[in-house]
Amino acid sequence: MRLTHLLGTAVVLALGASAAMAERGADGQLNIIYWQAPSTMNPFLSGGTKEVEAASMVLEPLASYDQDGNIVPRLVEQLPTVENGGVAADLTSITWKIKPGILWSDGTPFTANDAVFTWQYCTHPEGGCSQSSYFDGVTSVEAVDDLTVKVIFAEPKPYPYTAFAGSESPVLQAAQFADCLGAKAPECTDANFGPIGTGPFVVTDFKPNDVISLEANPNYREADKPAFGSVLFKGGGDAASAARSVLETGEFDYAWNLQIEPEILTQMEAAGKGSVVVSFQTSVERLHLNQTNADSGLSAEERSVYNDGNNPHPFLTDPEVGKALSMAIDRELLVEVGYGKTGQVTCNVLPAPELYASTANDGCKTQDLEGAKAVLDAAGWVPGGDGVREKDGVRLSVLYQTSTNSVRQGTQALIKQWWNELGVEVELRNIDASVFFGGDPASPDTFQKFYADIEMYTNNFSGADPEAYMANWRCSEIPGPGTQWQGSNIQRFCKPEYDALVDEMAKTADLATRGELAKAMNDMIIQEYSIIPLIHRGGTSAHANTLGGVKMTDWDSELWNIADWHRVE
Amino acid sequence: MTDAVADTAIQETQHRSLWGDVWVQYRSHTGAMIGTVIFVAICLLVLLGPIFYDVDPNFTNVRDRNAPMSWAYPMGSDNLGRDMFAAILHGGRISLAVGLTAMLLSLFVGTFIGLLAGYFKWLDGPLMRLTDLFLALPLLPLLLVVVMLFRDVLRPIFGPELGIFLLIVFLIGITSWMQTARIVRGDVLALKEREFVLAARSIGTPPRRIIMRHLMPNILSPIMVSATLGVANAIITESALSFLGLGFPSDVPTWGRLLFDGKDFLTLTPARVIWPGLMISLTVLSVNFMGDGLRDALDPRIRGR
Repeated sequence: MRLTHLLGTAVVLALGASAAMAERGADGQLNIIYWQAPSTMNPFLSGGTKEVEAASMVLEPLASYDQDGNIVPRLVEQLPTVENGGVAADLTSITWKIKPGILWSDGTPFTANDAVFTWQYCTHPEGGCSQSSYFDGVTSVEAVDDLTVKVIFAEPKPYPYTAFAGSESPVLQAAQFADCLGAKAPECTDANFGPIGTGPFVVTDFKPNDVISLEANPNYREADKPAFGSVLFKGGGDAASAARSVLETGEFDYAWNLQIEPEILTQMEAAGKGSVVVSFQTSVERLHLNQTNADSGLSAEERSVYNDGNNPHPFLTDPEVGKALSMAIDRELLVEVGYGKTGQVTCNVLPAPELYASTANDGCKTQDLEGAKAVLDAAGWVPGGDGVREKDGVRLSVLYQTSTNSVRQGTQALIKQWWNELGVEVELRNIDASVFFGGDPASPDTFQKFYADIEMYTNNFSGADPEAYMANWRCSEIPGPGTQWQGSNIQRFCKPEYDALVDEMAKTADLATRGELAKAMNDMIIQEYSIIPLIHRGGTSAHANTLGGVKMTDWDSELWNIADWHRVE
Repeated sequence: MTDAVADTAIQETQHRSLWGDVWVQYRSHTGAMIGTVIFVAICLLVLLGPIFYDVDPNFTNVRDRNAPMSWAYPMGSDNLGRDMFAAILHGGRISLAVGLTAMLLSLFVGTFIGLLAGYFKWLDGPLMRLTDLFLALPLLPLLLVVVMLFRDVLRPIFGPELGIFLLIVFLIGITSWMQTARIVRGDVLALKEREFVLAARSIGTPPRRIIMRHLMPNILSPIMVSATLGVANAIITESALSFLGLGFPSDVPTWGRLLFDGKDFLTLTPARVIWPGLMISLTVLSVNFMGDGLRDALDPRIRGR
């Protein structure tokens, strides 16, 4: 009698269990490979795309961007607009209504206070938050009630979806990060490696610069998602082996950022195990010309430190030099050799959306070596005894660094040849991508420290509005020892006129005028030659043919809809 | 009878010397002879090759990229249209220079420490513990840290290429002397109790002379052998470093770097991997055979047979 009863209970339990299994976690393990390994799961402490993307499986913003660049509600019931009263008529505030019943992965409720805390966390004066530009112009974030967040702007904000929109501006749990404000932020290792989130997955094990193990979040708001029970997020290696592991051997289901020579990618795809997806948004492979002196003889307090303009680069602050360097480059050839269908020539650091794309610099599309020589001659840079141009004892000799990747080394080799022809001495250096993009303040080889004259990498912005992105090049965003080398003004460009344009854009409502302002800012950066854009890159990833639901985007994290990913036969 | 022996001994010293005997024995070792021929050929190729084949290994000619082997490109071209043959020739100079210099350094350090530890009892403990310490050091992480720390210090003094060359040679040398030191110590320990050393000591020969005149010639054979092995080891370590993308800048071809750059193209242009791989293997193999032959030739017990 008792035995039957027990058996009955067991059967019921088993049935219940299997019913649940059929939904969340039914598709087993998802294997993702990012050949740059994330060093933290806290996107506020790293400017790197890999950290932001890894964290986007766990931490969520209030609203995301879909594959077409449209903003879509995520943790809120609907998108606040002027029409539905969510955005104040005078554009000075936005009110987000959080969906009721959302839980953190530890089971506690998600409230407006968490958003308020996130704002305090990222705008703490000692913190050096990498994503602080998302909070530009925000005077306060208030919790009207438990489920209502009100973001108040200093000026009318025509595009109010900056704070808490997109994977670079997610919400942290106040309870977990309460003791991690300001300078203590990098010390909270447990929290930074295993943040509690509202997203579809929870970190079970985080090995920095190696592997992240995640499992389905038991408290995720949609009972039947995610379809995968666990995620193995492998970092490290190189782009070609990552592509091979998805396209040829099928060990992994998803590989990100496949910067590989076009001929190899085409050949791998022919194996038929997976497909390559390309999505053009805002990624631009560019050269940053260090505006500060990076001489290795300088002390740590001076090398590549802006020092209010008292430490200028010996020659890269001269726009004529930058102009000649840019003119000497044959971008068409770089695309043909290194990118194929995954790249286009560009002369702008802001190549899209259409409204914001300037056409003022299109002259760069054709190479003009003779013209470049003439520019340098006119500016007084004349060839010295060894063929290297010099002026007043300063030689045009640059150290040109980038991450280790065969496409990038190929680009380096081509550009070096053109610059040598111009009379510029070039020393090449390549640094392992995990170190280069690692953001470790103790390493001399990070792209933020920029201990070189010129460096090359790709950056982009998530979302469709470039306001926060263009604010990257404000004077106040310059990295330095005071901010633990955080900050996104990598080339140390500082111009009061530029800051004025940023401020003006922040209070301009009219879309056409905003377009003009963005173009003006783009042109200012390009024509000062602190950035030389090379290639408008499509995000290139590969997924196994058995993986369904991938909606490749460059507007947001590529993993933005990972909750919907599933196994297909 | 005794006269006869003395006669032949005198005649033999007129016609045969130690090095003559070694050479005769060495010539009879087929593997060593093949190794020598190949090694000399490789050395001549990389030393004289660039003089006759003066193509810039860094010159990119994009129209001819991924070219197969042809008269214009004897070993094909890479995906930027750089000539592989020129890169192999120039890369060989660096790889061989690294191998030989690092070998000399490690040989010098190893012999010095081994002699001191073997001869002076009071130095034996400390020096051998130092050897154990170096043996326990993991090479690659150490190299990573040192390259990161000192690259910028050496660059302004020696320039980027020489700076990294010195750094790599120094690192390989300083991390590969331990085997030599142990072998040398062992031999010295055995030799210094032999009668001729005791005799020398009894007439008041200073230790410096005993080491140089009596011990050194007798331990030459293991030293020579570890030298040849050291060359191979250094070339492989440099290849490994370049393979990891460390070491020399990307526009300085070395065999290891060519292999590294070519590996993604294995299915498309296999020549990019086969040639540098073949050069590394041939060099290492030929040097190993030379070491083998040299050991046999320098060992008097084998030489007699």
